Amino acid sequence: MTKKAKRPAREAVADTGAQVRINVHHVTRVEGHGNIVVDVRDGSLERCELQIVETPRFFEAMLRGRPYLQASHITSRICGICACGHATASLRATERALSVRLSEQTTLLRKLVMHGEMLDSHILHVYMLIAPDFLGVGSVIPLAASHPDIVKRALRMKQFAGDLCATFAGRHTHPIAMTVGGFTHYPKREQVEALRARAEALLPDVDATVELFGTLPFPKFERETEYVALVQPDEYGFIDGMIGSTEHAPRPLEEYRAVTNEHLEVHSTAKHTAHQRESYMVGALARYHLKHEHLHPRAQAAAAHLGLSAPCYNPYYNSVAQVVEIVHCWDDLIQLLDTVLARGIVPEEPAPVTLRSGARGVGAADVPRGILFHEYQIGEDGLIQEANCVIPTGQNLGNIDRDMRALVPTLLTEPEETITQRLEMLVRAYDPCISCSTHFLNVEFVGK
Amino acid sequence: MPAKPKIAFFDFSSCEGCQLTVVDALQTHLGLLDLVEIVQFREAMSEKGEDYQIAFVEGSCTRESDEARLQAIREQATIVVALGACAHLGGVNSMKNRWSIENVQTYVYGKHGRELYESYPARPISAVIEVDYAIPGCPIDRNEFIQIVQKLLQGRKPKLPDYPLCVECKLAENACLNKQGIPCLGPVTRAGCAAICPQYGSGCEACRGFVPEANFEAMRDVLRGHGLTDVEIDAQFSMFNAYQLKEMGDAAPLSAQSGNGSRRRATDAEKLPSSTFAAPKEA
Repeated sequence: MTKKAKRPAREAVADTGAQVRINVHHVTRVEGHGNIVVDVRDGSLERCELQIVETPRFFEAMLRGRPYLQASHITSRICGICACGHATASLRATERALSVRLSEQTTLLRKLVMHGEMLDSHILHVYMLIAPDFLGVGSVIPLAASHPDIVKRALRMKQFAGDLCATFAGRHTHPIAMTVGGFTHYPKREQVEALRARAEALLPDVDATVELFGTLPFPKFERETEYVALVQPDEYGFIDGMIGSTEHAPRPLEEYRAVTNEHLEVHSTAKHTAHQRESYMVGALARYHLKHEHLHPRAQAAAAHLGLSAPCYNPYYNSVAQVVEIVHCWDDLIQLLDTVLARGIVPEEPAPVTLRSGARGVGAADVPRGILFHEYQIGEDGLIQEANCVIPTGQNLGNIDRDMRALVPTLLTEPEETITQRLEMLVRAYDPCISCSTHFLNVEFVGK
Repeated sequence: MPAKPKIAFFDFSSCEGCQLTVVDALQTHLGLLDLVEIVQFREAMSEKGEDYQIAFVEGSCTRESDEARLQAIREQATIVVALGACAHLGGVNSMKNRWSIENVQTYVYGKHGRELYESYPARPISAVIEVDYAIPGCPIDRNEFIQIVQKLLQGRKPKLPDYPLCVECKLAENACLNKQGIPCLGPVTRAGCAAICPQYGSGCEACRGFVPEANFEAMRDVLRGHGLTDVEIDAQFSMFNAYQLKEMGDAAPLSAQSGNGSRRRATDAEKLPSSTFAAPKEA
């Protein structure tokens, strides 16, 4: 029952001695669909870009006319990996529009859910998507055979992260118990105590993660860029705060459009962004630059061990910054669980909303792949009138294009397989979650 | 079917959360990997094989140019399984169907949206190809996924529950949310998820689709009793099932007050003032 392959995984056709074409459809091991196109003619780079080929889904249009209580449940469906992050940014947009004051407990529990998602996503990315590149295997499946201890450790850590989300929000994809003004469910004390004990017991795995990534050779490549992330006065946080930049004073969230400046690029179904330069970068490396002084001591030590210090303009080090954030989130969640246990868990009714005509609010969360904005306008009838979402991967696309344009000329003497691999690794380092809007990766060479 | 069937995963318009749930399910059922050979799973592996017997398809079909890819999967696979609400029902993607395609293209991508972003009303994959089985839910339930795969490997036919969610909710000893004033679609929704949303205090949103012979009128009465307006009730019904409701035509349990279903499609859209709220700057 074999049938012809619908589409070649990789086609390499030598046209002439001077013109070569390589086409890799749907670069694997990223969440989403994209193609890389590289066009080199007579030794000069004519075109180099990341094409997004995922189907657009029109979430912002869908939200119009829907009750505000549905917004976080709808928008968590933008991305299966960042589901809690989308829900959080969505809830904050609604809550800021409707003048909701959150309790201290709600804020604490939301942080724990975000930590669970950050860990789940980062562990998936560094162990299952990045590590195979360095350990010389195609993916996590052969990795399980060649390095079973590494895969088992990753699964242990990832399962904990998922259980952390599930304990407070019902599940990671898609969270259930987070609602406007608070939560609809609270765990029992024993569940929180059990999580606390597991977190402690898994600390050797966290240390082993730092050790492992300390041994991997990250490619050397640098291009100066602007970093953008949420900043808070006294913490390495992931919810609320101001919009920080390495090249501009912090701005309030309401000014996000002055940072993102969304515009269309014809080759991509995602919108591109630009702030002080032609492009900027968001995500773990950006967060590290803007607030590394607030990292937990163990995470600071991990950064030193891994050779990460600011400024670092090597985008491959985004994966290193993710490892540092794994350490930070782990220590922080232990602290947060201790706080929750010390306060005791008190079931609360969600905080009340104030409906008024044309209420607008911006919500932001720094999700695994970077800063995420939701903005809604909600009518007096509680129905959403306008919606806008600016996703992290969209913000990184312009920066990826420019990195590729800087990288390719340095690789022209290398075999195409090497160029392809280095470009794929570059794109993967950004951890693009293209289902946010779109899908990723093909490499197409024209001429060389 | 060979002793060790080859299986492949594909995604169309979706968040890929169902495939992630498959990854999570495999974490606790690693033995399953000894019984099958995964030849394609783009989200988790680079290796790619085109020889497979069972295809799991996540996502809705939302553009004509995706139909050929679906048909190629159908041609190759002995068994095609719709994975999750988007593939099974149209899911959240079909919420956009209440507007004209031009309207949503322009709202999100500005005046060039129409030419740059091909799209048509979202539909379940069964609207394009024949589908053998569905694993419902948004996302799928990992235990149900394992059970259905086990049945397929044993050569048995998986059967979905044909009773409402309330049955499972009662078995889980949850207090009824509708009785506490919290809107819940459990009475009209197909069971199979162990009532996970009510268990976490949140009303069912019918992501698994409607149960056969659902009493929608009684459901509307209950929701009205919570003080929900007709527009809000329509919004409850249509979060995952907008495509299904449109297919029901005049039998759809919708008021004429909103454009959420079959009756007023695209009429509201034209009433909206043009907005640049979400649109990018023009180049």
